[in-house]
Amino acid sequence: MAAQDAPDLVDELLAGKHRALARTITRIENRSPGYRDLVAALYPHTGNADVVGITGSPGSGKSTLVDKMAKAYRDRGLTVGVIAVDPSSPFTGGAVLGDRIRMASTATDMDVFFRSMSARGSLGGLSTATTDAVKALDAFGKDKIIIETVGAGQNEVDVVKTADTVAVLVPPSSGDDVQMLKAGILEIGDVFVVNKADLAGSDKTVTELKNMLEMREGEAGDWDPEVVETIANTGEGVTEFLDVLDAHADWLDESGRREAKRHQRHAEELRNLLREDASELVEDELDARGGIDELVERIDAGETTPYDIADDVIEPLADCLDQQRD
Amino acid sequence: MSHESQRNIRCLVAKVGLDGHDRGAHVITRAFRDAGFEVIYSGLHKAPEEIVQAAVQEDVDVLGISILSGAHNTLVPKVVEGLQEYDAFEDTLIIVGGIVPDEDREGLKEAGVDAIFGPGTPMEETIEFIRANVKRRD
Repeated sequence: MAAQDAPDLVDELLAGKHRALARTITRIENRSPGYRDLVAALYPHTGNADVVGITGSPGSGKSTLVDKMAKAYRDRGLTVGVIAVDPSSPFTGGAVLGDRIRMASTATDMDVFFRSMSARGSLGGLSTATTDAVKALDAFGKDKIIIETVGAGQNEVDVVKTADTVAVLVPPSSGDDVQMLKAGILEIGDVFVVNKADLAGSDKTVTELKNMLEMREGEAGDWDPEVVETIANTGEGVTEFLDVLDAHADWLDESGRREAKRHQRHAEELRNLLREDASELVEDELDARGGIDELVERIDAGETTPYDIADDVIEPLADCLDQQRD
Repeated sequence: MSHESQRNIRCLVAKVGLDGHDRGAHVITRAFRDAGFEVIYSGLHKAPEEIVQAAVQEDVDVLGISILSGAHNTLVPKVVEGLQEYDAFEDTLIIVGGIVPDEDREGLKEAGVDAIFGPGTPMEETIEFIRANVKRRD
């Protein structure tokens, strides 16, 4: 089938065609030519979904919990979109995307749209791609959108930060709680989920978490992060968890933080796009100067430094902008 | 400005029906990954509708169905029908792996299967076939 025009695809997506939604996300992921026009056309149709980010170490039960969440939302008559991000090999770009396998409770229910994404193009592009994919799901009309990612690095943290509400999964007595908190995860969580709460050490983990959260410095009127216990396998505690998510969503509305978050997110989106565009301008300029290798060889030979070359490349660009700025 | 597009081949490796042997599917999954593909593995005992749902939502370029139970003549056409229902049949490369008797091959191809790879097919052959035949969409 020939490539579809962006307007057709947008119309079909808005009309509720699953394949159009799937294809839109593919274009976003691939950064196919014209994908920006596509997202721009979807933009006015977004802003209606609740976006929840789920993160936690590998094996903490994220996918199983997401499955149970999707089921509970469906029982309430809500439609669900899920973006599950998995790592990809830095060498081959290949990936095994395995989160889908846990989505047993809602199998064959097309009102749960589950999409696996690999962390390819991870130069800051991952959070752009996931935010845009969330927009596609939002414009499609999903009530609840879940972003699931391994909380392993800055990239993933950036991804969940784009959600309205962030839940962090902590396995009981993993012994590396402190390690996890070092990575800055404590700051991003609105809800902490001690999953596998039937395992030994769960109570201790809950207490530790609560202690650490109390020490976290916040301002008056801030959301107080909650700690909940779940056994995602059996679904125990999932209702309570969803209640906390709802409470946080209400708080966002009442405190005016949803607007503030939205503003922040838009600023971040704009920055990311500009950064991407600017770096492409520079790449083009490097090509025009014979490619980066040629310049680097002069550094290798000790003739110059990266600082001098960077100044050299940027100067005309900066001059150009100066002149254009009235 | 030329935005660099980053296209990866996406595959769904699917186990349909009742057979519980997925060693082959695992080996294929890893080989595809190492070939630079993004692979989604369905898990065991999936109904044709689940495979269709996954293939549509994940927008895969390739659907690889592994069947060892001998039920390919009923299961594969159901998957194809489902893909057609969502307009996802035309641009999905469908390959079948597993034990398919010679006399069934023609029928499966008529039903919409692009290639059948029996036991002992070198992994490179399957991967090369995919690279050469994947239906480019944009």
